[in-house]
Amino acid sequence: MKKLLNAPSDLVKEALAGMALAHPGLLRVHVDPAFLVRADAPVRGKVAVLSGGGSGHEPLHGGFVGRGMLDAACPGAVFTSPTPDQILEATRAVDGGAGVVHIVKNYTGDVMNFEMAGELARDLGITTETVLVNDDVAVENSLYTAGRRGVGATVLVEKICGAAAEAGRALADVAALGRRVNEHGRSMGIALSPCTVPHAGKPSFELGPDEMEVGIGIHGEPGRRRAKLEPADRITEMLMHPILDDLPFQAGKDVLLFVNGLGATPLLELYVVFRKAHEIAAARGLRVVRSLVGPYITSLEMAGVSITLLQVDEEMVRYWDAPVHTAALRWGV
Amino acid sequence: MESGILNADTVVQWIERAAEVIEENEKTLTELDAAIGDSDHGANMARGFSAVRGKLAEFPRDDIGAILKMVGMTLLSTVGGASGPLYGTLFLEAAKISAGKPEIDRVVILQSLAAGLAGIQKRGKAEPLDKTMVDALGPAIRAFEGAEGVSLAEALAQAAEAARLGAEATIPLVARKGRASYLGERSAGHQDPGATSMWLLLQSLAEAGAE
Repeated sequence: MKKLLNAPSDLVKEALAGMALAHPGLLRVHVDPAFLVRADAPVRGKVAVLSGGGSGHEPLHGGFVGRGMLDAACPGAVFTSPTPDQILEATRAVDGGAGVVHIVKNYTGDVMNFEMAGELARDLGITTETVLVNDDVAVENSLYTAGRRGVGATVLVEKICGAAAEAGRALADVAALGRRVNEHGRSMGIALSPCTVPHAGKPSFELGPDEMEVGIGIHGEPGRRRAKLEPADRITEMLMHPILDDLPFQAGKDVLLFVNGLGATPLLELYVVFRKAHEIAAARGLRVVRSLVGPYITSLEMAGVSITLLQVDEEMVRYWDAPVHTAALRWGV
Repeated sequence: MESGILNADTVVQWIERAAEVIEENEKTLTELDAAIGDSDHGANMARGFSAVRGKLAEFPRDDIGAILKMVGMTLLSTVGGASGPLYGTLFLEAAKISAGKPEIDRVVILQSLAAGLAGIQKRGKAEPLDKTMVDALGPAIRAFEGAEGVSLAEALAQAAEAARLGAEATIPLVARKGRASYLGERSAGHQDPGATSMWLLLQSLAEAGAE
């Protein structure tokens, strides 16, 4: 294992300390329990938007804390959900009296910890709404599993909910909008190489030099199948077709196309994928009206890519375009 | 141990032993999790039980419910993942049954374990044979309940043995819950890490009960 690491147990703590020093104007870090809040939290009268999950997916979620996106982020240990007390404290720290939206990726641990935190918050008189993100079409037989995983659409839900909250929308509206984004978003990814959880010290799965895992999850969970490596255009087709068939996306509609790097894949390659994905979307009669390309929801140093397609409406586009000022996403400011 | 009764000191010894055993088996649990999960079960459990161990001195020696509650709250705030809420719930539900009691007999032990199992199933929505910790705890409770005409120490030993067999019996199962479920058929052939850590906890209980 070759990593920029002091001790695995200090990794998240030290990274948070670094974030606090790097972005003092944007966010504040609370140490025990660990969470980040935007610099001016709590914002009186505004719905707060909070997300969290295991570390190792940076910039998700801490990099999205700031004006126009998240009020708070709760990082767990690497690939491990945050704990209820941590989520509760962050919820209290950002509640401005208008309630708090919890954006939760659909993983067993995350769901249970957020559920317990929501119950504890209710006992304290704080109203919370949960938006569950489960956009990963790679998970088939979702009746017999923990269900579809939350992946790329999480970034889009966080941006759009954050903007709606900033615009003064009510708790129920922000949550409903978040659910609508999730319902209209679909994702799928592939891995070219595995990642290594620092505590484990070795890769969580093996891939041969000419193999890829089609339908990979962001913690290295396996996907639909293992396949021989193919050219970028063919891989893009393998991701786009299940996505397009699943919603199903309707010809003539507007979409946001998000090509995400899983950690080690260079932007150069992501744009190759974007080019082909755009071509496939256009061939289906979809208009790509907004785009995002880059590593925004990663899996440590995994090489690979995920594609997220969101069928947008006018309201989603308006909130997507609204100003955002965070460490990882910044426009309109 | 007085026959037929667990006192608070034995419960403390159990927790202390459990912390040692989890630490000794951290690597094993992580390796099991690497095969079908996300390689964090060993580290998470070790972090949680290390925090529990740090609180041993604060445990009240006259209230088993209070001890179990402290264990549950500590695990809840330190383990994370799915195991944190599940093990937290196990101890918190058991704590409600033994609240205020300086010692507990077989009936209360059985009720506590059953309450813990019910809490885990409610929180995690797992059924038997979903390849989870339920597959170790369920058989252990049935063995404990069925161990009539033997000492409490022997009943706990039989429960631990049933948990061990239950954990082993998860090997051919296809996971239906948790992260391993994404593997589908590929999850078969591996022992469930949660069932394994559950067995280790029950084995520690049997060891503390035998002393």
